[in-house]
Amino acid sequence: MKRAFPILWVVTVLLLAYGLYQALVVAPTEATMGPVQRIFYYHVPCAWTAFCLFFTNLFASVVYLIWKNNKADSLAVASAEVGVMFCTIVLITGPIWARPVWGIWWTWDVRLTTTLVLWLIYVSYLMLRRFSDTAQTPVLAAVLAVFGALDVPLVYFSIWFFRTQHPQPVMGKGGSLAPAMLHAFLINLLAFSVFGAMICWSRFRLETLKREVEQAHAMESLGGPGVPETTSLPLSRSAR
Amino acid sequence: MSSFWPVVSATLAKDIRLEWRSKDALNSMLFFSLLVVVIFSFSFDPNAEESRQIAGGLIWVAFLFATVVALNQTWARELKNQVLDAYRVSPAPPNGLFLAKALGNFIFVILLEAVMAPLFIVFYNLRALGPAWQLIPVGMLGTWALVVNGTFFAALSLRTRSREIMLPLLLFPISIPAVQAMVEATRILLAGDGSARFWIVLLLTYDVVFTTASLALFGTILHAE
Repeated sequence: MKRAFPILWVVTVLLLAYGLYQALVVAPTEATMGPVQRIFYYHVPCAWTAFCLFFTNLFASVVYLIWKNNKADSLAVASAEVGVMFCTIVLITGPIWARPVWGIWWTWDVRLTTTLVLWLIYVSYLMLRRFSDTAQTPVLAAVLAVFGALDVPLVYFSIWFFRTQHPQPVMGKGGSLAPAMLHAFLINLLAFSVFGAMICWSRFRLETLKREVEQAHAMESLGGPGVPETTSLPLSRSAR
Repeated sequence: MSSFWPVVSATLAKDIRLEWRSKDALNSMLFFSLLVVVIFSFSFDPNAEESRQIAGGLIWVAFLFATVVALNQTWARELKNQVLDAYRVSPAPPNGLFLAKALGNFIFVILLEAVMAPLFIVFYNLRALGPAWQLIPVGMLGTWALVVNGTFFAALSLRTRSREIMLPLLLFPISIPAVQAMVEATRILLAGDGSARFWIVLLLTYDVVFTTASLALFGTILHAE
């Protein structure tokens, strides 16, 4: 796995470069919206990646709550942080596109508002992790992730009750997307998914290493033999 | 599980007795929401028609802030003399303790609303154009929505740094759909345009979902070490 890591990064960078070329040069300019439509090749893949990462976070949180697996908690931290970053990109690129096309920066439409609330919930998740640095932080954060996941459908329904303004997804039945556009879009969807997964993986490795170092420090200060073989002990982050 | 209801009633009775003697939470909530109402009255100068449209928002924001004031005190009391540690080692069911705390807060916030609602009506010159009796289920369900999650997150943020700041940061994002439902239902009932049924059902769903989740996960929070 460790040998695959740099190779996968190279592949990711190549994919992103190819996606950039496809989106900016190869794909035709949209007839009514003009060049600003090209933001779609980044906006939607980032949204997809963010939602996948939030889903990973929920999955890792549930795994942690059941089995108290430290790796799962590291994955939860990594996916939440990277997910918030991608979600921020979505919330920034959206208004840049909406201003020339809709004439407004923001509207309280169902997809926009649900994404914003999801972002708020995950920012509060990161705040909790930041403000609490005891050994029980992973449990508290995992519980909060479960609560956030329960909240999202309710947010969706409460705003769905108003009329929605966001463009309906153009893929699927009777999709009006030109083949060249679809190609550019799919390349970028793949590139950003892999990119998100790679950042998440890097952050996960960083978190794992940090915990190993902390544990080694804790062991050293106890006068123990140094780094233990396994890292399955719950770590106190207050050891810093 | 046979000790569930005795634990609930004993803890609830203790909390009500403590509150009856000190009146800390009630006094601070009452004065705080009075301040919010007065400041809102200076910030907006509405006529009767406008106030019907915005009063639902104002009244619930005032109650939301006041609830946080009460919730911050609810568990802090148990930290003194290691009461919470005693709970933890006792065989009493933890969700009984949670339910009692949530019920206690619910009673205090309902009392606050019973006092503040007439004041709101006077200050904003309100008269409901829709079926006013529906404001009672909206108030009950909305208060429970705030209190059940608030009590849970107050326990969750108990051992974080600066927990009094942490509670609203955790509670407000999760409460957004509930707050929207309360505000919309109140606005519809005051302005008399349409039916508030969708929002009442949404509040009911929110309450059922989060009461279940809180009762199921409170033990995990209490025993997290």
